[in-house]
Amino acid sequence: MADVTAHITGTVWKIEVKVGQAISAGDTVVILESMKMEMPVEAQDGGTVKEIRVKEAQAVNEGDVLVVLG
Amino acid sequence: MFKSVLIANRGEIARRVGKVAREMGMRVVAVHSEADATLPFVKEADEAVCIGPAPAKDSYLNHAALLEAAKKTRADCIHPGYGFVSESADFAKAVTDAGIVFVGPPPEAMQRMKDKSQARALAAAAGVPIVPGSEGVVSDLTAALEQAERIGYPVLCKAAGGGGGIGMAVANTQAELEKAFRASVDRARSAFGREGVYLERYFAAPRHIEVQILGDTKGHTLHVLERECSIQRRHQKVVEEAGSPLFLEGKNPGLRQKLLDSALKAAKAFGYANAGTVEFLYSDGEVYFIEMNARLQVEHPVTELTTGVDLIGWQFRIAAGEALTLGQEEIRRRGHALEFRIYAEDPVKFFPSPGKLARFSPPAGEGVRLDAGYAEGDTVTPYYDPMIAKLIVSGTDRADALCRSMGALDAFVIEGLKSNVPLHRRIVASEAFQKGELDTRFLERHAKP
Repeated sequence: MADVTAHITGTVWKIEVKVGQAISAGDTVVILESMKMEMPVEAQDGGTVKEIRVKEAQAVNEGDVLVVLG
Repeated sequence: MFKSVLIANRGEIARRVGKVAREMGMRVVAVHSEADATLPFVKEADEAVCIGPAPAKDSYLNHAALLEAAKKTRADCIHPGYGFVSESADFAKAVTDAGIVFVGPPPEAMQRMKDKSQARALAAAAGVPIVPGSEGVVSDLTAALEQAERIGYPVLCKAAGGGGGIGMAVANTQAELEKAFRASVDRARSAFGREGVYLERYFAAPRHIEVQILGDTKGHTLHVLERECSIQRRHQKVVEEAGSPLFLEGKNPGLRQKLLDSALKAAKAFGYANAGTVEFLYSDGEVYFIEMNARLQVEHPVTELTTGVDLIGWQFRIAAGEALTLGQEEIRRRGHALEFRIYAEDPVKFFPSPGKLARFSPPAGEGVRLDAGYAEGDTVTPYYDPMIAKLIVSGTDRADALCRSMGALDAFVIEGLKSNVPLHRRIVASEAFQKGELDTRFLERHAKP
Protein backbone atom coordinates (compact mmCIF):
# COMPACT_ATOMS: atom_id res chain seq x y z
CA MET A 1 0.00 0.00 0.00
CA ALA A 2 1.58 3.25 -1.18
CA ASP A 3 2.04 6.10 1.27
CA VAL A 4 0.61 9.39 0.09
CA THR A 5 3.38 11.68 -1.16
CA ALA A 6 3.47 15.28 -2.35
CA HIS A 7 3.39 15.51 -6.16
CA ILE A 8 4.52 19.15 -6.12
CA THR A 9 6.63 21.43 -3.93
CA GLY A 10 4.47 23.77 -1.88
CA THR A 11 2.79 24.22 1.48
CA VAL A 12 0.08 22.15 3.14
CA TRP A 13 -3.15 24.11 2.89
CA LYS A 14 -5.63 21.59 4.32
CA ILE A 15 -5.52 18.07 5.70
CA GLU A 16 -8.71 16.28 4.72
CA VAL A 17 -8.32 13.06 6.78
CA LYS A 18 -7.85 11.97 10.41
CA VAL A 19 -5.74 9.19 11.91
CA GLY A 20 -7.75 5.97 11.95
CA GLN A 21 -9.99 7.03 9.07
CA ALA A 22 -10.65 4.50 6.29
CA ILE A 23 -10.12 5.94 2.83
CA SER A 24 -10.51 4.70 -0.75
CA ALA A 25 -8.26 5.07 -3.78
CA GLY A 26 -8.94 8.47 -5.36
CA ASP A 27 -9.97 10.19 -2.12
CA THR A 28 -8.46 13.61 -1.50
CA VAL A 29 -6.12 13.29 1.46
CA VAL A 30 -4.33 16.62 1.58
CA ILE A 31 -4.65 19.86 -0.37
CA LEU A 32 -1.33 21.49 -1.16
CA GLU A 33 -0.89 25.08 -2.18
CA SER A 34 1.83 26.18 -4.54
CA MET A 35 2.22 29.29 -6.64
CA LYS A 36 -1.27 30.53 -5.78
CA MET A 37 -2.85 27.25 -6.83
CA GLU A 38 -4.56 24.58 -4.79
CA MET A 39 -3.56 21.05 -5.73
CA PRO A 40 -5.47 18.13 -4.18
CA VAL A 41 -3.37 15.07 -3.38
CA GLU A 42 -5.34 11.86 -3.86
CA ALA A 43 -4.64 8.43 -2.41
CA GLN A 44 -3.36 5.89 -4.95
CA ASP A 45 -4.68 3.00 -2.85
CA GLY A 46 -7.36 2.57 -0.24
CA GLY A 47 -6.47 1.91 3.40
CA THR A 48 -6.53 3.27 6.92
CA VAL A 49 -4.73 6.46 7.87
CA LYS A 50 -1.96 5.35 10.23
CA GLU A 51 0.02 8.53 10.56
CA ILE A 52 -0.14 12.12 9.34
CA ARG A 53 3.39 13.41 8.89
CA VAL A 54 2.64 17.06 8.12
CA LYS A 55 0.83 20.01 9.64
CA GLU A 56 -1.22 22.69 7.95
CA ALA A 57 0.96 25.57 6.64
CA GLN A 58 4.05 23.34 6.62
CA ALA A 59 6.35 23.53 3.58
CA VAL A 60 6.85 20.26 1.71
CA ASN A 61 9.01 19.13 -1.18
CA GLU A 62 7.95 16.99 -4.12
CA GLY A 63 8.16 13.35 -3.03
CA ASP A 64 7.80 13.98 0.73
CA VAL A 65 5.53 11.52 2.54
CA LEU A 66 2.39 13.32 3.75
CA VAL A 67 0.27 10.49 5.10
CA VAL A 68 1.15 6.88 5.95
CA LEU A 69 -1.51 4.28 5.24
CA GLY A 70 -1.77 1.00 7.11
CA MET B 1 8.24 65.00 -10.42
CA PHE B 2 8.74 62.65 -7.48
CA LYS B 3 12.20 62.30 -5.97
CA SER B 4 11.69 58.76 -4.71
CA VAL B 5 9.35 55.80 -5.15
CA LEU B 6 8.63 52.75 -3.06
CA ILE B 7 7.64 49.82 -5.27
CA ALA B 8 5.12 47.64 -3.44
CA ASN B 9 5.71 44.56 -5.56
CA ARG B 10 8.29 41.95 -6.51
CA GLY B 11 9.84 40.16 -9.48
CA GLU B 12 9.83 41.42 -13.04
CA ILE B 13 7.34 44.25 -12.51
CA ALA B 14 9.30 45.67 -9.57
CA ARG B 15 12.40 45.70 -11.80
CA ARG B 16 10.56 47.25 -14.73
CA VAL B 17 8.94 50.02 -12.64
CA GLY B 18 12.30 50.62 -10.95
CA LYS B 19 14.03 51.03 -14.30
CA VAL B 20 11.50 53.60 -15.54
CA ALA B 21 11.59 55.48 -12.21
CA ARG B 22 15.39 55.60 -12.23
CA GLU B 23 15.36 56.99 -15.77
CA MET B 24 13.00 59.69 -14.51
CA GLY B 25 15.52 60.59 -11.80
CA MET B 26 13.87 58.90 -8.82
CA ARG B 27 15.51 57.05 -5.95
CA VAL B 28 14.09 53.50 -5.97
CA VAL B 29 13.06 51.74 -2.77
CA ALA B 30 12.33 48.02 -3.00
CA VAL B 31 10.39 46.07 -0.41
CA HIS B 32 10.75 42.32 -0.17
CA SER B 33 9.76 39.29 1.83
CA GLU B 34 12.33 37.12 3.59
CA ALA B 35 12.08 34.65 0.69
CA ASP B 36 13.01 37.25 -1.94
CA ALA B 37 16.02 38.95 -0.30
CA THR B 38 18.52 37.95 -2.99
CA LEU B 39 16.44 38.50 -6.14
CA PRO B 40 17.48 41.02 -8.83
CA PHE B 41 14.73 43.56 -8.02
CA VAL B 42 16.14 43.89 -4.49
CA LYS B 43 19.79 44.09 -5.56
CA GLU B 44 19.07 46.74 -8.20
CA ALA B 45 17.19 49.07 -5.84
CA ASP B 46 18.85 52.09 -4.21
CA GLU B 47 17.41 50.97 -0.89
CA ALA B 48 15.64 47.77 0.19
CA VAL B 49 13.41 47.01 3.16
CA CYS B 50 12.40 43.54 4.34
CA ILE B 51 8.69 43.75 5.16
CA GLY B 52 8.00 40.28 6.52
CA PRO B 53 8.01 36.52 6.09
CA ALA B 54 7.42 34.69 2.80
CA PRO B 55 3.62 34.35 2.73
CA ALA B 56 2.16 37.28 0.75
CA LYS B 57 -0.36 38.12 3.48
CA ASP B 58 2.53 38.77 5.88
CA SER B 59 4.61 40.78 3.41
CA TYR B 60 3.43 42.08 0.03
CA LEU B 61 -0.18 42.34 1.23
CA ASN B 62 0.73 43.76 4.64
CA HIS B 63 -0.54 47.34 4.42
CA ALA B 64 0.96 48.43 7.74
CA ALA B 65 4.43 47.08 6.89
CA LEU B 66 4.36 48.71 3.45
CA LEU B 67 3.35 52.08 4.87
CA GLU B 68 5.95 51.84 7.62
CA ALA B 69 8.65 51.13 5.02
CA ALA B 70 7.50 54.10 2.90
CA LYS B 71 7.65 56.45 5.89
CA LYS B 72 11.01 55.13 7.05
CA THR B 73 12.57 55.57 3.63
CA ARG B 74 10.80 58.91 3.06
CA ALA B 75 9.31 57.79 -0.27
CA ASP B 76 7.21 60.43 -2.07
CA CYS B 77 5.05 57.89 -3.82
CA ILE B 78 4.17 54.18 -3.91
CA HIS B 79 3.84 52.27 -7.17
CA PRO B 80 1.88 49.05 -6.60
CA GLY B 81 2.63 47.24 -9.90
CA TYR B 82 -0.06 44.63 -10.64
CA GLY B 83 -1.60 42.08 -8.27
CA PHE B 84 -0.96 42.34 -4.50
CA VAL B 85 -2.15 45.79 -3.24
CA SER B 86 -2.62 47.32 -6.70
CA GLU B 87 -6.40 47.16 -6.64
CA SER B 88 -6.94 47.82 -2.94
CA ALA B 89 -8.89 51.04 -2.48
CA ASP B 90 -8.25 50.74 1.28
CA PHE B 91 -4.51 50.68 0.75
CA ALA B 92 -4.64 53.56 -1.73
CA LYS B 93 -6.59 55.61 0.81
CA ALA B 94 -4.23 54.76 3.66
CA VAL B 95 -1.29 55.83 1.48
CA THR B 96 -2.97 59.11 0.56
CA ASP B 97 -3.91 59.77 4.20
CA ALA B 98 -0.25 59.31 5.15
CA GLY B 99 0.66 62.15 2.78
CA ILE B 100 2.20 59.84 0.18
CA VAL B 101 1.03 59.66 -3.45
CA PHE B 102 -0.47 56.37 -4.63
CA VAL B 103 0.48 55.81 -8.29
CA GLY B 104 -2.88 54.62 -9.53
CA PRO B 105 -6.47 55.67 -9.94
CA PRO B 106 -8.44 57.61 -7.31
CA PRO B 107 -9.59 55.27 -4.48
CA GLU B 108 -13.25 56.09 -5.29
CA ALA B 109 -12.84 54.91 -8.90
CA MET B 110 -11.16 51.72 -7.61
CA GLN B 111 -14.12 51.09 -5.35
CA ARG B 112 -16.55 51.50 -8.26
CA MET B 113 -14.65 48.96 -10.36
CA LYS B 114 -13.95 46.42 -7.64
CA ASP B 115 -17.50 45.24 -7.08
CA LYS B 116 -18.11 43.56 -10.40
CA SER B 117 -21.89 43.66 -10.30
CA GLN B 118 -21.81 47.38 -9.52
CA ALA B 119 -19.27 47.85 -12.32
CA ARG B 120 -21.61 46.08 -14.77
CA ALA B 121 -24.52 48.31 -13.82
CA LEU B 122 -22.42 51.46 -14.21
CA ALA B 123 -21.12 50.33 -17.60
CA ALA B 124 -24.62 49.42 -18.82
CA ALA B 125 -25.95 52.82 -17.74
CA ALA B 126 -23.17 54.46 -19.78
CA GLY B 127 -24.32 52.60 -22.90
CA VAL B 128 -21.58 49.97 -22.88
CA PRO B 129 -22.70 46.49 -24.08
CA ILE B 130 -22.58 43.98 -21.22
CA VAL B 131 -22.84 40.19 -20.99
CA PRO B 132 -26.45 39.15 -20.20
CA GLY B 133 -26.54 38.41 -16.49
CA SER B 134 -28.10 38.94 -13.06
CA GLU B 135 -28.79 42.55 -12.16
CA GLY B 136 -26.64 42.83 -9.08
CA VAL B 137 -25.70 40.22 -6.54
CA VAL B 138 -27.85 37.08 -6.30
CA SER B 139 -29.09 36.64 -2.76
CA ASP B 140 -29.75 32.91 -2.54
CA LEU B 141 -29.97 29.68 -4.50
CA THR B 142 -33.67 30.11 -5.41
CA ALA B 143 -32.95 33.52 -6.88
CA ALA B 144 -29.91 32.12 -8.69
CA LEU B 145 -32.00 29.36 -10.31
CA GLU B 146 -34.64 31.89 -11.42
CA GLN B 147 -32.04 34.24 -12.87
CA ALA B 148 -30.30 31.39 -14.72
CA GLU B 149 -33.57 30.47 -16.45
CA ARG B 150 -33.88 34.03 -17.71
CA ILE B 151 -30.22 34.40 -18.78
CA GLY B 152 -30.09 30.95 -20.37
CA TYR B 153 -27.63 28.10 -19.65
CA PRO B 154 -24.73 27.68 -19.51
CA VAL B 155 -24.16 30.33 -16.83
CA LEU B 156 -21.03 31.45 -15.04
CA CYS B 157 -21.08 31.96 -11.25
CA LYS B 158 -18.66 34.67 -10.16
CA ALA B 159 -17.66 35.91 -6.74
CA ALA B 160 -18.14 39.70 -6.53
CA GLY B 161 -14.77 41.18 -5.61
CA GLY B 162 -12.96 38.18 -7.12
CA GLY B 163 -10.23 38.04 -9.70
CA GLY B 164 -7.74 35.81 -11.47
CA GLY B 165 -10.33 33.10 -12.01
CA ILE B 166 -10.77 32.49 -8.27
CA GLY B 167 -14.37 31.91 -7.26
CA MET B 168 -15.65 31.24 -10.78
CA ALA B 169 -17.61 28.15 -11.79
CA VAL B 170 -19.64 27.16 -14.87
CA ALA B 171 -23.01 25.47 -14.66
CA ASN B 172 -24.68 23.74 -17.61
CA THR B 173 -27.74 22.54 -15.70
CA GLN B 174 -29.80 23.36 -12.60
CA ALA B 175 -28.03 20.62 -10.64
CA GLU B 176 -24.62 22.01 -11.59
CA LEU B 177 -25.73 25.51 -10.64
CA GLU B 178 -26.63 24.38 -7.13
CA LYS B 179 -23.09 23.07 -6.68
CA ALA B 180 -21.40 26.00 -8.43
CA PHE B 181 -23.38 28.59 -6.48
CA ARG B 182 -22.35 27.10 -3.12
CA ALA B 183 -18.71 26.86 -4.19
CA SER B 184 -18.66 30.51 -5.32
CA VAL B 185 -20.32 31.70 -2.11
CA ASP B 186 -17.70 29.83 -0.06
CA ARG B 187 -14.90 31.24 -2.16
CA ALA B 188 -16.26 34.79 -2.00
CA ARG B 189 -16.32 34.53 1.79
CA SER B 190 -12.95 32.86 2.34
CA ALA B 191 -10.88 34.58 -0.34
CA PHE B 192 -12.44 38.02 -0.53
CA GLY B 193 -14.21 38.37 2.81
CA ARG B 194 -17.59 39.10 1.23
CA GLU B 195 -20.61 37.04 0.30
CA GLY B 196 -21.77 38.36 -3.07
CA VAL B 197 -22.10 36.09 -6.09
CA TYR B 198 -23.46 37.04 -9.47
CA LEU B 199 -24.39 35.16 -12.61
CA GLU B 200 -23.86 35.79 -16.28
CA ARG B 201 -24.18 34.03 -19.62
CA TYR B 202 -21.26 31.72 -20.23
CA PHE B 203 -19.77 31.78 -23.71
CA ALA B 204 -18.22 28.46 -24.64
CA ALA B 205 -15.34 29.80 -26.72
CA PRO B 206 -15.12 33.60 -26.71
CA ARG B 207 -12.10 35.74 -27.48
CA HIS B 208 -10.71 37.97 -24.75
CA ILE B 209 -9.97 41.45 -26.05
CA GLU B 210 -9.11 44.45 -23.90
CA VAL B 211 -8.48 48.14 -24.36
CA GLN B 212 -5.73 50.16 -22.69
CA ILE B 213 -6.87 53.43 -21.12
CA LEU B 214 -4.89 56.46 -19.97
CA GLY B 215 -6.51 59.37 -18.20
CA ASP B 216 -5.26 62.37 -16.25
CA THR B 217 -6.82 64.01 -13.21
CA LYS B 218 -8.08 66.92 -15.31
CA GLY B 219 -10.66 64.92 -17.24
CA HIS B 220 -8.66 64.04 -20.36
CA THR B 221 -9.06 60.33 -21.12
CA LEU B 222 -7.93 58.39 -24.16
CA HIS B 223 -7.56 54.80 -25.27
CA VAL B 224 -4.29 53.24 -26.38
CA LEU B 225 -5.85 50.62 -28.70
CA GLU B 226 -6.61 46.98 -28.05
CA ARG B 227 -4.78 43.81 -27.04
CA GLU B 228 -5.89 40.23 -27.51
CA CYS B 229 -5.37 37.88 -24.56
CA SER B 230 -7.38 34.79 -25.57
CA ILE B 231 -4.68 32.21 -24.86
CA GLN B 232 -5.38 31.30 -21.24
CA ARG B 233 -5.26 28.43 -18.80
CA ARG B 234 -7.37 28.39 -15.63
CA HIS B 235 -8.66 31.85 -16.61
CA GLN B 236 -5.12 33.23 -16.53
CA LYS B 237 -3.43 34.65 -19.58
CA VAL B 238 -0.51 32.86 -21.20
CA VAL B 239 0.05 34.72 -24.50
CA GLU B 240 -1.05 38.26 -25.34
CA GLU B 241 -0.67 40.33 -28.49
CA ALA B 242 -1.27 43.78 -29.91
CA GLY B 243 -3.23 44.24 -32.02
CA SER B 244 -5.92 41.62 -32.06
CA PRO B 245 -5.84 39.31 -35.11
CA LEU B 246 -9.58 39.99 -35.34
CA PHE B 247 -8.80 43.47 -36.62
CA LEU B 248 -5.62 42.89 -38.62
CA GLU B 249 -5.40 44.35 -42.12
CA GLY B 250 -8.38 46.59 -41.38
CA LYS B 251 -10.83 43.74 -40.74
CA ASN B 252 -14.06 44.40 -38.78
CA PRO B 253 -13.60 48.19 -38.62
CA GLY B 254 -17.08 48.89 -37.25
CA LEU B 255 -16.73 46.42 -34.41
CA ARG B 256 -13.30 47.75 -33.55
CA GLN B 257 -14.61 51.30 -33.30
CA LYS B 258 -17.47 50.09 -31.10
CA LEU B 259 -14.95 48.31 -28.84
CA LEU B 260 -12.69 51.36 -28.46
CA ASP B 261 -15.62 53.77 -27.97
CA SER B 262 -17.19 51.46 -25.37
CA ALA B 263 -13.92 51.26 -23.45
CA LEU B 264 -13.67 55.04 -23.30
CA LYS B 265 -17.29 55.36 -22.20
CA ALA B 266 -16.69 52.82 -19.42
CA ALA B 267 -13.51 54.56 -18.23
CA LYS B 268 -15.31 57.90 -18.08
CA ALA B 269 -18.27 56.36 -16.23
CA PHE B 270 -15.89 55.07 -13.55
CA GLY B 271 -14.26 58.49 -13.15
CA TYR B 272 -11.00 56.94 -14.13
CA ALA B 273 -7.57 58.51 -13.95
CA ASN B 274 -4.14 56.91 -14.52
CA ALA B 275 -3.56 53.69 -16.50
CA GLY B 276 -6.30 51.09 -16.63
CA THR B 277 -7.73 48.40 -18.84
CA VAL B 278 -11.28 47.67 -19.94
CA GLU B 279 -11.79 43.96 -20.63
CA PHE B 280 -14.27 42.57 -23.15
CA LEU B 281 -15.41 39.21 -24.43
CA TYR B 282 -15.96 38.75 -28.14
CA SER B 283 -18.42 36.16 -29.37
CA ASP B 284 -20.29 35.83 -32.66
CA GLY B 285 -19.60 39.32 -33.96
CA GLU B 286 -20.33 41.17 -30.71
CA VAL B 287 -18.24 42.55 -27.86
CA TYR B 288 -19.35 42.56 -24.24
CA PHE B 289 -17.84 44.46 -21.29
CA ILE B 290 -16.60 42.21 -18.47
CA GLU B 291 -14.66 44.47 -16.13
CA MET B 292 -12.29 47.35 -15.78
CA ASN B 293 -8.93 46.77 -14.09
CA ALA B 294 -7.62 49.63 -12.03
CA ARG B 295 -3.96 48.97 -12.59
CA LEU B 296 -1.15 48.39 -14.99
CA GLN B 297 -1.64 45.04 -16.76
CA VAL B 298 1.01 42.33 -16.92
CA GLU B 299 0.79 42.56 -20.72
CA HIS B 300 1.27 46.36 -21.00
CA PRO B 301 4.59 45.99 -22.93
CA VAL B 302 2.85 44.83 -26.16
CA THR B 303 0.98 48.15 -26.17
CA GLU B 304 4.10 50.18 -25.37
CA LEU B 305 6.12 48.48 -28.12
CA THR B 306 3.50 48.98 -30.84
CA THR B 307 2.33 52.51 -29.97
CA GLY B 308 5.45 54.08 -28.47
CA VAL B 309 3.40 55.24 -25.44
CA ASP B 310 5.38 54.91 -22.19
CA LEU B 311 2.59 53.66 -19.91
CA ILE B 312 4.60 53.49 -16.66
CA GLY B 313 6.13 56.90 -17.33
CA TRP B 314 2.63 58.33 -17.80
CA GLN B 315 1.47 56.65 -14.60
CA PHE B 316 4.09 58.62 -12.68
CA ARG B 317 3.44 61.89 -14.51
CA ILE B 318 -0.33 61.62 -14.05
CA ALA B 319 0.08 60.74 -10.36
CA ALA B 320 2.30 63.82 -9.99
CA GLY B 321 -0.59 65.93 -11.30
CA GLU B 322 0.73 66.53 -14.79
CA ALA B 323 -1.62 66.78 -17.76
CA LEU B 324 -1.78 63.98 -20.30
CA THR B 325 -0.41 65.81 -23.32
CA LEU B 326 -1.10 63.04 -25.84
CA GLY B 327 -4.06 63.44 -28.17
CA GLN B 328 -6.24 60.54 -29.30
CA GLU B 329 -5.24 61.18 -32.93
CA GLU B 330 -1.58 60.62 -32.00
CA ILE B 331 -2.28 57.04 -30.93
CA ARG B 332 -1.31 54.87 -33.90
CA ARG B 333 -0.12 51.28 -34.06
CA ARG B 334 3.15 50.45 -35.76
CA GLY B 335 4.00 46.79 -36.16
CA HIS B 336 2.88 43.88 -34.02
CA ALA B 337 4.02 42.50 -30.66
CA LEU B 338 3.45 39.30 -28.70
CA GLU B 339 4.10 38.53 -25.04
CA PHE B 340 4.75 35.01 -23.80
CA ARG B 341 4.41 34.53 -20.06
CA ILE B 342 7.14 32.18 -18.94
CA TYR B 343 5.73 30.14 -16.07
CA ALA B 344 7.53 27.71 -13.76
CA GLU B 345 5.09 24.92 -14.46
CA ASP B 346 4.59 21.66 -16.27
CA PRO B 347 3.99 22.55 -19.96
CA VAL B 348 1.21 19.98 -20.39
CA LYS B 349 -0.56 19.59 -17.05
CA PHE B 350 0.15 23.19 -15.88
CA PHE B 351 1.21 21.88 -12.41
CA PRO B 352 3.38 24.37 -10.49
CA SER B 353 7.10 23.62 -10.60
CA PRO B 354 9.10 25.72 -8.16
CA GLY B 355 12.84 25.12 -7.94
CA LYS B 356 16.29 26.49 -8.60
CA LEU B 357 17.08 28.00 -11.99
CA ALA B 358 20.19 25.95 -12.62
CA ARG B 359 20.30 27.44 -16.11
CA PHE B 360 18.49 30.49 -17.35
CA SER B 361 19.65 31.54 -20.77
CA PRO B 362 17.14 33.81 -22.47
CA PRO B 363 17.23 34.64 -26.17
CA ALA B 364 18.37 37.96 -27.60
CA GLY B 365 18.03 39.53 -31.01
CA GLU B 366 16.20 42.06 -33.12
CA GLY B 367 12.76 42.81 -31.62
CA VAL B 368 13.30 40.47 -28.63
CA ARG B 369 12.90 41.79 -25.09
CA LEU B 370 12.90 39.88 -21.82
CA ASP B 371 11.41 41.18 -18.57
CA ALA B 372 12.59 38.64 -16.00
CA GLY B 373 12.15 38.54 -12.24
CA TYR B 374 14.93 36.02 -11.74
CA ALA B 375 18.46 35.32 -12.94
CA GLU B 376 20.40 32.07 -13.32
CA GLY B 377 21.08 30.55 -9.90
CA ASP B 378 17.98 32.12 -8.26
CA THR B 379 15.35 29.95 -6.61
CA VAL B 380 11.71 30.23 -7.66
CA THR B 381 9.81 29.59 -4.42
CA PRO B 382 6.26 28.22 -4.12
CA TYR B 383 4.98 31.33 -2.30
CA TYR B 384 4.04 33.51 -5.27
CA ASP B 385 2.59 33.13 -8.74
CA PRO B 386 4.54 31.01 -11.24
CA MET B 387 5.53 33.75 -13.69
CA ILE B 388 9.31 33.99 -13.87
CA ALA B 389 9.63 36.18 -16.95
CA LYS B 390 7.88 37.71 -19.92
CA LEU B 391 9.30 37.22 -23.40
CA ILE B 392 8.12 40.09 -25.58
CA VAL B 393 8.71 39.96 -29.31
CA SER B 394 7.87 42.63 -31.86
CA GLY B 395 8.03 42.81 -35.64
CA THR B 396 6.89 44.86 -38.60
CA ASP B 397 3.69 42.79 -38.82
CA ARG B 398 2.23 39.68 -37.18
CA ALA B 399 3.95 37.25 -39.53
CA ASP B 400 7.31 38.89 -38.85
CA ALA B 401 6.70 38.91 -35.07
CA LEU B 402 5.67 35.23 -35.15
CA CYS B 403 8.78 34.28 -37.09
CA ARG B 404 11.01 36.07 -34.55
CA SER B 405 9.02 34.52 -31.69
CA MET B 406 9.70 31.02 -32.94
CA GLY B 407 13.43 31.73 -33.13
CA ALA B 408 13.45 33.28 -29.66
CA LEU B 409 11.49 30.43 -28.08
CA ASP B 410 13.74 27.83 -29.71
CA ALA B 411 16.80 29.56 -28.25
CA PHE B 412 15.37 29.92 -24.72
CA VAL B 413 17.07 27.52 -22.27
CA ILE B 414 15.70 26.96 -18.78
CA GLU B 415 16.96 24.11 -16.60
CA GLY B 416 16.39 23.13 -12.99
CA LEU B 417 12.63 23.46 -13.07
CA LYS B 418 9.86 22.75 -15.56
CA SER B 419 8.82 25.73 -17.65
CA ASN B 420 6.09 26.30 -20.19
CA VAL B 421 8.54 27.26 -22.97
CA PRO B 422 7.76 23.99 -24.84
CA LEU B 423 4.06 24.92 -24.65
CA HIS B 424 4.77 28.33 -26.20
CA ARG B 425 6.66 26.65 -29.04
CA ARG B 426 3.65 24.41 -29.74
CA ILE B 427 1.27 27.38 -29.61
CA VAL B 428 3.28 29.46 -32.10
CA ALA B 429 3.80 26.48 -34.42
CA SER B 430 0.11 25.59 -34.53
CA GLU B 431 -1.84 26.39 -37.67
CA ALA B 432 -4.72 27.92 -35.70
CA PHE B 433 -2.43 30.39 -33.92
CA GLN B 434 -0.63 31.27 -37.15
CA LYS B 435 -4.01 32.06 -38.69
CA GLY B 436 -5.06 34.11 -35.65
CA GLU B 437 -7.97 31.79 -34.87
CA LEU B 438 -7.90 32.31 -31.11
CA ASP B 439 -10.34 31.77 -28.28
CA THR B 440 -10.12 31.17 -24.56
CA ARG B 441 -10.46 27.37 -25.03
CA PHE B 442 -7.48 27.28 -27.39
CA LEU B 443 -5.17 25.51 -24.94
CA GLU B 444 -7.67 22.77 -24.19
CA ARG B 445 -7.44 21.81 -27.86
CA HIS B 446 -3.82 22.63 -28.61
CA ALA B 447 -1.80 22.26 -25.38
CA LYS B 448 -1.11 18.54 -25.70
CA PRO B 449 1.99 17.61 -27.68
